[in-house]
Amino acid sequence: MEDLQQFKQTYFEESSEFLGVAETGLLRLTPGNVDMEEINAIFRAVHSIKGGGGAFGFTDLVAFSHEFETVMDGVRNSTIPITDELVDILIRANDVLGQLLGHARDGTRPPAGFAVAIVTALKGFAANALEEAPPANEPCTPSPILGAAGRKTFSVRFRPKADLLLTGNDPTFMLRALKAMGTADIECDIGGLPTLAHLEPELLYLQWLVTLTTDQTTNDIKDVFEFVSDDSLVEITEHSLDAPPPPRLEAALPIGADPSRSTNAAPAVYATPEDAPESPQSAAPGPKPAAGRSSSAQSDGGHPSLGSHTIRVDLDKIDRLVNMVGEMVISQAMVAEQLRKLPPGEHQELLEGLQQAAQHTRELRETVMSIRAQPVGSVFSRMPRLVRELATATGKDVSLVTSGEATEVDKTVVENLVDQLTHMIRNSIDHGLESPNVREANGKPRTGTVHLSAAHRSGRIVIEVADDGKGIDRPRVMEKAIEKGLVQAGATLSDEEIDNLIFLPGFSTADKISNISGRGVGMDVVRRNISSLGGRIGVYSTPGQGSRFVLSLPLTLAVLDGMVISVGAERFVLPLTNIVESLRPKPADLHGLVNRCDVMMARGEYVRLVYLHSLFGIPNAVCDSTKGLVVLVETEDGGRLGLVVDEVLGQQQVVIKSLESNYRRLEGVAAATILGDGRVALILDVAGLQEMSQHGGSASSVAQRQLLDASSQPRIM
Amino acid sequence: MSKSAALATVNSVRGDVVATANTNEEQYVTFTVGNEEYGVSILSVREIRGWTPESRLPNLPDYVRGVINLRGIIIPIFDLRARFGGGTTEVTKRHVVVVVQVGERTRGILVDAISDILAITQDQIKPPPSMESGLIESQYLSGLFTAENRMVTLLDVARLFAVETGDDEHQA
Repeated sequence: MEDLQQFKQTYFEESSEFLGVAETGLLRLTPGNVDMEEINAIFRAVHSIKGGGGAFGFTDLVAFSHEFETVMDGVRNSTIPITDELVDILIRANDVLGQLLGHARDGTRPPAGFAVAIVTALKGFAANALEEAPPANEPCTPSPILGAAGRKTFSVRFRPKADLLLTGNDPTFMLRALKAMGTADIECDIGGLPTLAHLEPELLYLQWLVTLTTDQTTNDIKDVFEFVSDDSLVEITEHSLDAPPPPRLEAALPIGADPSRSTNAAPAVYATPEDAPESPQSAAPGPKPAAGRSSSAQSDGGHPSLGSHTIRVDLDKIDRLVNMVGEMVISQAMVAEQLRKLPPGEHQELLEGLQQAAQHTRELRETVMSIRAQPVGSVFSRMPRLVRELATATGKDVSLVTSGEATEVDKTVVENLVDQLTHMIRNSIDHGLESPNVREANGKPRTGTVHLSAAHRSGRIVIEVADDGKGIDRPRVMEKAIEKGLVQAGATLSDEEIDNLIFLPGFSTADKISNISGRGVGMDVVRRNISSLGGRIGVYSTPGQGSRFVLSLPLTLAVLDGMVISVGAERFVLPLTNIVESLRPKPADLHGLVNRCDVMMARGEYVRLVYLHSLFGIPNAVCDSTKGLVVLVETEDGGRLGLVVDEVLGQQQVVIKSLESNYRRLEGVAAATILGDGRVALILDVAGLQEMSQHGGSASSVAQRQLLDASSQPRIM
Repeated sequence: MSKSAALATVNSVRGDVVATANTNEEQYVTFTVGNEEYGVSILSVREIRGWTPESRLPNLPDYVRGVINLRGIIIPIFDLRARFGGGTTEVTKRHVVVVVQVGERTRGILVDAISDILAITQDQIKPPPSMESGLIESQYLSGLFTAENRMVTLLDVARLFAVETGDDEHQA
């Protein structure tokens, strides 16, 4: 059972990839731009989901994906024309498929009547499909000697079962036999061919379409397939003589070519006449390298395959690898420390060897960290969908331009980006862009543009969302801010300050609240989330020309820029983003506030002092802040504290380690890390410290009580 | 007994445990704290390592010694002597940490020394005598065993430091 569970896990992982492939493909599908390659990929994705679902007995899923597949098959065979309506239904069908997968994974059943509308729509498309193999759409070539005495033209569709070869039959025999009967034009359909990784060499994935002009009868043709009638599906259609001859397709495989070598042929076999001229264009390398699939498919012998150059690795395994490399760096530092005690000039080779090893370790660390990196394209590729929906909902024409999809950033950052970008794009389309008529009146193109870009800049990733809309309406923002009491009436603010007002909680300039935005829970949430990821966000706006949101994020969430401080014998790490400055106060700066707490004058403001040693119950620490140091820290929501510590040891990049995975959360502690000497240091949570200090000394009195309860001698550090 | 030897024994015995899994016998690693001897099931023991200085955690009872770095993961260390009310252990280089695994989580127990590995069948384990409530918290004692003339207290590791729930500290 365990094994089956594991297979299921793999199935769900793969299925979600397939869903992604299908969605990407469907979004690019428009009536004017039909890429057979893409359609085949969608078909295969749906087909694979269905196949796996059948193996695990997910009946609802299979039933639905069957309908979906039928329609895709029709699209593939050009019997169902591609319309906007069809694409919309297919996109929704893909969503339904995702939901059904979710149900299957959780072991629940979808509610009765689930997605009936979509199923009906799909069935409708399938029913309205043009008759199978209509001459106009069939890529067959009737013989030029059409209508010669006693000769007729037949379309023979030969679909052998996959295990035909195992029974000792060879399809080439039948094809040769057909050819011997008259003029035969044979085309091979390799659409059912799986990716190389899934290809079973002993199975047959090919189908043939033979256009035969002969003086023999249907029964004669049937006889050819007599031995394989149980193992294959043979459809024989007689053509009327006046059927217009459809154009011949380049990809058709001539008889005599070994069918097993047909995998090298171009995969698109069926194409309608109107998209045939376009196919060279769509076969050209796509302008979007981040699409991943299409670009990698090119290098694969024209043979689309998903991730043949990649392997799926559990994130835990990579984390373990990262841990081990970190440990290696530490052990190496320890060895180096010992070697420094050797008399100088001796053991030169040993030192050189160690130096080399250190270099290799550094490189190893960088490589390992880069394994976790993912291109932001995986997030960007979700945005066209959003833009499409928003454009429909707002009635605006929007085109999304993306660039820098290949920019790599740690997986954890990628995962956290989706919501923020969604918010920002929503904001740009709803607030930034004008309606088509207004745009035209202002001399702009009717279609608004949202530009999404990513780039590396000084060790951070910078992502921009720019629109060419009306920009921030500063007078209106001011008016709203004053109305909401966020700014005092009569205050003068710079343009930049006004622009930044939109990040304040509860702010919205939308005249009416829509489904999309305007509830005032937008940009402030974005800013809070971004800063909790260690990032910053800024806005630049030019009235009438558009606004640009720029956010910069660290490349990884696993590493933090911190300041190492010491209190007593303990060391702690303060996140650099929280630190304003550190200073040693003069006695004149210090004041007692109603004998309850100490405050300090720093840059014209009174800041409350918090003694870390008393908060954490650390003995042997510096108690006098004029002898120690005060680190001025700021919480995410702007609160300030003066943290009294013994010493500031220096700035360092530290790897964040969880305390909770083997222990539990502690108040005032965000996480832990391992310092250069292999010892553990706690990373402080400034907001938590502020909270602890606010219930006065209660935290430390709790500690004292616990110490007394444990009836022990004073503890040794 | 040297630490590495102890570790080697633990590993080699582990193989035997798998081989003799059908019999009713279970292996226990025993260790001393002061004059007392305790045992834990060998299946929960991941490794035994020498004492390395810990980093303290704030505002916790004294039996939570702190955390150490175990090859890149951070594990808490509990002082068994302090847990049983014997005061904080004055650590020397001879003290050892028994690293145990409870479910997905790993933690270390500070003890004085590793003593033995015993094969114990279920019927050799005597229940702890009934005690006045509150005298000792018996829920983490899984039984008593007599080896030659010594009494070994068998501990239930999962219950012993069930601190991740946060309950135990408040009771202590």
